[in-house]
Amino acid sequence: METKFNVVGRRLPMHDAAAKVKGSAQFTADLTLPGMLHGKILRSNIPHGKILHIDTSGAEKLPGVKGVVTGKEIPDRLYGIVPKARDEYALAKEKVRYIGDDVAAVCAVDPEIAEEAVQLIKVDYEELPAVFDPLEAMKEGAPLIHEGVLNNTSFSIRKEFGNAEKGFAESDFVFEDSFFSQAVNHAPLEPHAALAQYDSLRGEVTIWSSTQIPFFLRRNLSSTLQIPESKVRVIKPKVGGGFGQKIDMFAKDFCACWFAIKLGKPVKFVYEREEVFISTRQRHPMYITVKTGVKKDGTILAQQFKAHADGGAYNSTAPTMIALSCFFLMIPYHVPNLVYEGHHVYTNKPVGGAMRGHGIPQARFAVERQLDMIAERIGVDPAEIRMKNSIHAGEPHPAKFIINSCGFFDSVKKAADAIGWKEKRGKLPFGRGVGLAGASFPSGVSNMSHISSGAVVQLGQDGAVNVLSGAADIGQGAETVISQIVAEELGVLMEDVRITAADTGVTPLDPGTFGSGVTVRAGNAARLAALEAKNKLFEFVARKLEANPEDLVAANRKIFVKGSPETGMTFKDAIKGYQYADLPMPIVGRASWFPPATEPTTLFKEDGNFAPSYSFMTQSAEVEVDLDTGRVKLLKMATAHDCGRAINPMLVEGQLEGSVVGGMGQALYEDVIVEKGQVMNPSFLDYGFPTFLEMPEIETLEVETDDPIGPFGAKEAGEGTQLSPAPAIVNAIYDAIGIDFKELPVTPEKILRELEKKRG
Amino acid sequence: MKSAIKLKVNGDDHELLVSPNNTLLEVLREKLGLTGTKQGCDLGACGACTVLVDGESRLSCIMLAVDAVGKEIITIEGIEENGHLDPLQAAFVEKGGLQCGFCTPGMILTARSILNEEARPTEETIKRKMAGNLCRCTGYKKIVEAVMTANEQTGEGA
Repeated sequence: METKFNVVGRRLPMHDAAAKVKGSAQFTADLTLPGMLHGKILRSNIPHGKILHIDTSGAEKLPGVKGVVTGKEIPDRLYGIVPKARDEYALAKEKVRYIGDDVAAVCAVDPEIAEEAVQLIKVDYEELPAVFDPLEAMKEGAPLIHEGVLNNTSFSIRKEFGNAEKGFAESDFVFEDSFFSQAVNHAPLEPHAALAQYDSLRGEVTIWSSTQIPFFLRRNLSSTLQIPESKVRVIKPKVGGGFGQKIDMFAKDFCACWFAIKLGKPVKFVYEREEVFISTRQRHPMYITVKTGVKKDGTILAQQFKAHADGGAYNSTAPTMIALSCFFLMIPYHVPNLVYEGHHVYTNKPVGGAMRGHGIPQARFAVERQLDMIAERIGVDPAEIRMKNSIHAGEPHPAKFIINSCGFFDSVKKAADAIGWKEKRGKLPFGRGVGLAGASFPSGVSNMSHISSGAVVQLGQDGAVNVLSGAADIGQGAETVISQIVAEELGVLMEDVRITAADTGVTPLDPGTFGSGVTVRAGNAARLAALEAKNKLFEFVARKLEANPEDLVAANRKIFVKGSPETGMTFKDAIKGYQYADLPMPIVGRASWFPPATEPTTLFKEDGNFAPSYSFMTQSAEVEVDLDTGRVKLLKMATAHDCGRAINPMLVEGQLEGSVVGGMGQALYEDVIVEKGQVMNPSFLDYGFPTFLEMPEIETLEVETDDPIGPFGAKEAGEGTQLSPAPAIVNAIYDAIGIDFKELPVTPEKILRELEKKRG
Repeated sequence: MKSAIKLKVNGDDHELLVSPNNTLLEVLREKLGLTGTKQGCDLGACGACTVLVDGESRLSCIMLAVDAVGKEIITIEGIEENGHLDPLQAAFVEKGGLQCGFCTPGMILTARSILNEEARPTEETIKRKMAGNLCRCTGYKKIVEAVMTANEQTGEGA
């Protein structure tokens, strides 16, 4: 696509790349304050039990210990990221519900003393029977994990579009298959951390936290500490990856603030790697059954979907997660008659939460695997069946989604071509195969309240631009992308823009990094703010040039009349002139942006457009299975992604490549193994996500569309690509050895077992 | 009991009071304020704490500070020369070989030790020798490209 832009569309390094390579980029754990104390959490060592008594005297007596707190002392306020699903205390009250549950916290003059002190706390529990599987937990008589939550099912969703029964009756074939996706840990390289400080005169607490949603964290802290939101300031330093895991408030956030307020000293908590694995969040394990009715040519007529998610001990994002899992069955294929049902079930295990794709990768694994199985059963090519059922832009949608741009059909074609589909599928020697799978993802959400972003753009006296944005850059490059958008709109260069982001005391409201909505949401807010500032300047320049403001354009630090670059002035001179004309400085543009919704709807009840825009993608894989060891080598992965217009193609590629390798881990290696509630592999060594050695050849293919809603036509790029690498790889394994795996991960043991069976 | 030791870090001598069980990582971060060296796992499993000890990459989270006495320690803060980025640092910036930046110092120092050791290593060698450095963001592709770019430039310079 021809580019008419100067800054948008360029492969620019991240604006903070130099700080990151020099080691001067500061993450929460790198910060110190004078007189700082160090905190540590005591965690439950049993999966389910009543807290009878906690004896903290041993810890309190240890020299160097400055404070101890248990659930008894903290306000009786539940928290949770989804307001209707609050079920967690910062520190457990009365009951613990999984091994790793937060029980008490200490703070001391150094981390070693804090560590020693937590071991001196004695907790008497009355152990309760525990349950570790969601299907068991739903049965009559299963141990009740939360009072009043029947069958341990904290959230259920059921919806029907069209008439599924009729659709199945009209189908030539109906197939039903069951699948399972495992628990996956996000494993960001930076362990979770928090540092809090209290100003007793102002009654204001400031917290630096490894969070991806500073403004939600502010709300959660305000509500659990029982102080006004305006008295909580959340500052987000550099965050070392999140992938959804840093969406929730954690005990470290609450306790750092609690101690800072009580003791009047700064307090820091840094989780150990083991705590990240056990006590933060993970991708929900999910049992899924899919029934699909098709015509002889592979056209989908009806689908029925049933999912049971293993939520672990608390809700976190439960209602959203299970709703997303179901909603995104409605794209990227035409499913005219659909009935879905999803349940979120408590177990005495680590807590499920948002993870890159958020409930959808599990669903896509089931649906995309079954599509391949159906294609094989009815003799249709798997790439053909996807193209045949592809939705297209502008078509009416059964759930009233508004799809303004859609590159899905092209993405299947491109990904198939890149892997050599025609020459290879079904034609490679035994042990080698190719496979593909598709998906779609929202660019943020439209139909929920309070999901809006603000931005302030200020033009300085020397022509430099200052941006304030509430967007949370967690390493994906949000600050860079927003700066590019502002530079493009103002017609200045990237180096003219400075951005300050994510400080709830300084920057405007923003929901944070989730749902892959940052570029569209915060990008649009920043663009509108830049436009407002530009318009003020244009009015002045137009008077000077005796032109119409509407006829002016700004590019490469110049403002000129469209079509006559010689009639104009530099950006700097324009600002100087503005100033000397006694117009009020600084020039400030402000904007708030809310995704357009045609009608107010809620996620859980009504139909309606879910997102401002939707990205579409297909991944294709080539694998080689070692028939002696069962090991799978992923030779190549191609990923074709419709992210609208890429604001920064280098950063988009980085998102796609990282997503592909993450999906590869989910397909082949990663599994949080839990026995009787105990995580058995809570370390990088035992967990084993992909390294340089497993890295496949990766080809990223752009499917560019120009979306009318996103800034300069952009859509999401961060999450969607993690939806379908796993089914693409497992589909390729089928092509290689003719075995249909329906459970993740596909380990060498499983492959050898199935090969053995096959040989008879 | 704590003892006084002398460590040479980024060319400068520092006299420090350390416990026998203090790791080099703890001393670098907490006593010298060199927080570019990261703690990702504290078990020697992720490479985020990599530093150069006498030119070779070492995991500072599983090395005792007292064992670093008499050795030349270089951290990420010490590889710039006269205010110019090391070719590896520049290549990571240009090629987008980083995202969140948490693993980046360790990646760069491991790569530095590979390039110190071997003129123009192959892509396969780089992947094999960097396998102890984990990254969850990039999928590694752009890191390999960055190291290969610096590798070629180093070759040209030599």
